[in-house]
Amino acid sequence: MLDLTKIRADFPILHQQVHGKPLVYLDNAATTQKPRAVIDALVRYYERDNSNVHRGLHALSMRATDAYEGARARVAKFINAADPAEVIFTRGTTESINVVAHSYAARLKPGDVILTTEIEHHSNMVPWQQAAKASGATIRYVPFLGANVEDGLDLAQLDALLTPEVKVFAFTHISNTTGTINPATAFCAKARARGIVTVIDAAQSIGHETIDVQAIGCDFLAFSGHKMCAPTGIGALYGRRALLDTLAPDETGGGMVVTVDYTGARWKPAPERFEAGTPNIADAIGLGAACDYLDTIGRPAIAHHDAALAQLAREKLSVLPGIRILGPRNGEPRGGLVSFAFADIHAHDIVTFADEDGVALRGGHHCNQPLMRKLGLTSTTRASFYLYNTEQEVDALVASMRRTLKFFGVT
Amino acid sequence: MSADLTELYQQVILDHNKRPRNRGKLPTANRVAHGDNPTCGDQCSVYLRLETVLGQPDRIAEISFDGSGCAISQASASLMTTQVKGKTAPEVQALYKSFHEIVTTGNAPEEISDLAAFAGVHAFPARIKCATLGWHAAIEALKSDPLVTPTTTETHHD
Ligand SMILES: Cc1ncc(COP(=O)(O)O)c(C=O)c1O
Repeated sequence: MLDLTKIRADFPILHQQVHGKPLVYLDNAATTQKPRAVIDALVRYYERDNSNVHRGLHALSMRATDAYEGARARVAKFINAADPAEVIFTRGTTESINVVAHSYAARLKPGDVILTTEIEHHSNMVPWQQAAKASGATIRYVPFLGANVEDGLDLAQLDALLTPEVKVFAFTHISNTTGTINPATAFCAKARARGIVTVIDAAQSIGHETIDVQAIGCDFLAFSGHKMCAPTGIGALYGRRALLDTLAPDETGGGMVVTVDYTGARWKPAPERFEAGTPNIADAIGLGAACDYLDTIGRPAIAHHDAALAQLAREKLSVLPGIRILGPRNGEPRGGLVSFAFADIHAHDIVTFADEDGVALRGGHHCNQPLMRKLGLTSTTRASFYLYNTEQEVDALVASMRRTLKFFGVT
Repeated sequence: MSADLTELYQQVILDHNKRPRNRGKLPTANRVAHGDNPTCGDQCSVYLRLETVLGQPDRIAEISFDGSGCAISQASASLMTTQVKGKTAPEVQALYKSFHEIVTTGNAPEEISDLAAFAGVHAFPARIKCATLGWHAAIEALKSDPLVTPTTTETHHD
């Protein structure tokens, strides 16, 4: 059980009114709020240690370097990477996936296949489409279940899709649109047995549950700090060491080279190879502080809490007239979010009304236009939960939906 | 319910949302355009039959719209079709200018009656794009090249 009073006190932003109502922040799948400990880490860095890393010999530069590399080690521990050098700091999930996709675009050939799924966020779909176009490889998708489209991926087809031509299998851990949880460990085992490189989009799982890259057995894992209490503009790409050192860097410049002459340069090994230019030092330190914060609370307890709130919301919403709830059914495992649509009211009207009640939701296609089309929807409303949300906030959500339905004459 | 919200969701708007006017494809259309709002996925196609007088495009003889989106975008497209029918392209432009003024400032000129229902939009800047989607599609349709044959086929990219 989480001590919600104490946790809520850690998040300054939660204690405000919106349109005269207490803020009920249920847009955590888009970005999470930041605890005082993370904000303080940023302030401390800028007030005491701010300096450029790696190239300086003065005290501040050494402090900044230690703090930055300390954050890398902290993130490595957070995901149980074997070596801190397997953690590359990026701007977030999108950049992490692009780094891998660009590298593979240069290696793949016509005839090769990139396998992904129909429930990917655009950021784990478009970079692979581009890699396929650039290399002549083909992109294939594990289909979302047809008849009862609410369920999840059609896993019966997975084995048949993992053909020898498949070189990369990129999939999301938890869908930001449906809350579907993919069995990442099983997917990676199947891929590994066939020599296929795996890339996991962990944007929606990283802040919510324990992630152990060695236990999962993935080759790459991408995530964003801002979805796990850390600042925006920082995230990471985990890559298995043996693979990272074979990949060409996506960006080149200072900080990532061993020697340069007028004809060319030699790259440093990972992680520097992938971190050209001055990195986002302060926010990396903030990410390290967020790892500390989440582990102090305990990720198993957070996972339990978020999923329980999503289940409760799913149950309470499911009795509303005309509602269609996506993703796993009542009682089935789901990520900490619920996405739903009403037959006669558009998500943007719902979100506007909820906002008036102080309830922050997201309405739209959730960066998954192809899936929306497949579901026959143009948009859904999504409520997503985190460690500071309460059961009362679920009630506030449901009450707000009822008020909106009443206004639009849906009974 | 706050005053802003009741201002936004006026009776006229709710009515047009529930019972849209001129909805569907127009088999006799000789102009068509499609509008998209990528942030919310709202879509609106506008079909026109533009009259020709002495070889020049003249008035909108018939109009319809089709699409999906929030109450504001659908009601606005519906109301727009009732307002621009019978007008020439310059007249539609002038009316759109007033409409744009209404949704961005909340001030409605006296002579504009029905469109004034959208004055409440100005308090919700994120929704201005919803209110103008259908208008943009109509203006694009007026500027577009005549269809070779009156169309019944889909033009949206799906
Ligand atoms: C599943 C998933 N993948 C990728 C992303 C992209 O993350 P970012 O915008 O932080 O790069 C998101 C964020 O919405 C997401 O939910």
